[in-house]
Amino acid sequence: MLVYILRRLLQVIPVFIGATLLIYFLVFAMPGDPIAALFGDKQPSPQLLAELRAQYHLDQPFVVQYWFYLTGIFRGDLGTTFSGQSVNDVLARTLPVTGRLAVMSIAIEFCLSIVIGTVSAVRKGKAFDHGALIVGLLFLSIPVFVLGFVSQYFLAIKLGWFSPTVGANNGWNGLWLPALVLGVSLFATSMRLMRGSVIETRNQDWVRTAYSKGLSRSRVLPVHVMRNSLIPMITNSATNFGVLLVGATVTEAVFNIPGVGNTLFQATIRHEGPTIVSFVTIFVVLYVLVNLLVDLLYGLLDPRIRYVK
Amino acid sequence: MSSDVNATHYVAPVHTTTITVDAVKVAAKPSSLWSDAWEDIRRRPTFWISVAIVVVVILMSFAPTLFTRTDPAQCSLDFSNGGPAPGHPFGYTFQGCDIYARIVWGTRISVAVGLLATLIGSVIGLVMGALAGYYGGWLDSVLSRVGDIFFSIPYILAAVVVMTVFAQFRNVLTLSIAIGGFAWASTARVVRAEVLRVRQSDFVTASRALGKSNFGTLISHVIPNAIAPLLVVSTLSLAAAIVAEATLAFLGVGLGDTISWGTEISNAQTSIRVAPMSLIYPSIFLTVTVLAFIMLGELIRDALDPRARAQR
Repeated sequence: MLVYILRRLLQVIPVFIGATLLIYFLVFAMPGDPIAALFGDKQPSPQLLAELRAQYHLDQPFVVQYWFYLTGIFRGDLGTTFSGQSVNDVLARTLPVTGRLAVMSIAIEFCLSIVIGTVSAVRKGKAFDHGALIVGLLFLSIPVFVLGFVSQYFLAIKLGWFSPTVGANNGWNGLWLPALVLGVSLFATSMRLMRGSVIETRNQDWVRTAYSKGLSRSRVLPVHVMRNSLIPMITNSATNFGVLLVGATVTEAVFNIPGVGNTLFQATIRHEGPTIVSFVTIFVVLYVLVNLLVDLLYGLLDPRIRYVK
Repeated sequence: MSSDVNATHYVAPVHTTTITVDAVKVAAKPSSLWSDAWEDIRRRPTFWISVAIVVVVILMSFAPTLFTRTDPAQCSLDFSNGGPAPGHPFGYTFQGCDIYARIVWGTRISVAVGLLATLIGSVIGLVMGALAGYYGGWLDSVLSRVGDIFFSIPYILAAVVVMTVFAQFRNVLTLSIAIGGFAWASTARVVRAEVLRVRQSDFVTASRALGKSNFGTLISHVIPNAIAPLLVVSTLSLAAAIVAEATLAFLGVGLGDTISWGTEISNAQTSIRVAPMSLIYPSIFLTVTVLAFIMLGELIRDALDPRARAQR
């Protein structure tokens, strides 16, 4: 197990360095002057420009700049936003909100997928199965922000079931509508994976054994079939974590939720380059970490994965 | 295979009826993966519905004047948020522009970005995946790690960074590069897996044994036989790229001044309470187009997979 963890950790390092290098390269080695952009339309004095350049190490070669940036990340210093706040402070304020949104939407996604996917599999080829497939395809095709706007209009403004925007009311209760939007937008893929997996598992020998032992379907289905069909769906939600992050960004922007994604969105519409880079980097780090965590969990759950070369 | 088995050591004659599946018509044309897939897919109504939608959308993007005579840029605040009127079936936007005309003219940008981004992503994915899968060894390790790096950056977020950097050069090409240049990693993984499978085939060994070079074999035998999954992934990526264009427009890093479905939807959000239809109509066009490409991709995938065909 230790070897597995070490090997997996070693694999993360090049990905982490490569991804941060790539984003860093994109922003600082391409046309446009970040310091000049800092001043917008104003013309700063050359001394001030030189001073700022030195302060942000912009007078150094690219590799040195990247080194400062990378060591900064490891020291837990993620830089400052455009308006001078430390990114750490912003994160401390916004990450819990996004975390709540993510947990709620994943919970909604999983509940919907497990129930609808299993029923579809049991009723394969029947009306329910076809209906679920069509609804799934439809939700797969609607972009998250459209789903957000449409549900905001119908469910919040017209029917008044939810508050149209979240704002300061960002506790667990305030996030139901955005979590529903995000969860539903994610559910199509995992529902179909669950369906396929349950169909496959139902044909396994141990399921036949369980039935021939005289167990009832209400016992076999949850214990022997569903539990053993969860892996593909969970794997998918780990690789789909990037989609969740983008979805969270969009949902937070639509519902004005003060989370990490909304901070990125605000920075984007205000053209605040360095802030955008900080937050995209944070998302990439989160994504890499979540995938590492899920991989390690698999190693723990399934010895076959641990011992594969 | 045969209808009767008569063997002396059998106690009783065993009668097995011939199953039609087992009957082989020798005179029939030899079937291939593609002809089987075509025979299968052309019988499916959803295929023709998707094709019809795709054809209309492509026609709309190349010849918008076939669908509307109204100038999308001709807007008058007199009609702001006006309802449907003769010649203007969907009514007017907040700025008093004809919604239908703007949707029709917006198709061009959405489809162009979708096609171009998919082309860029597919070409990079094909080259990286084929080289990694075919040559293996250190090249595979290097290219796969590069793929992992690109895979670890959600491509819409990467496109946000690229479009922010290229704020002065926002056009269809840079937007497509921003999307396609980061979306290729999953394509490369699919191509690599398929090339690894095809590489084991006897015809590849035969080609090498006949003296064809390694690279020549890759181009003329391995890639043509590994193209099926690429077609599926590309069709699905096209849908994703159209969504990406719209999402980037919503996030404020799209092609600001041009007319596209994404900019129409994001411009309409400010007046959603008073004029929801200026948001809902372009959303319907966007969703139906994306749905058509997704259905097409999945139908092609099912048709090209003999196991999936048998299961139906």
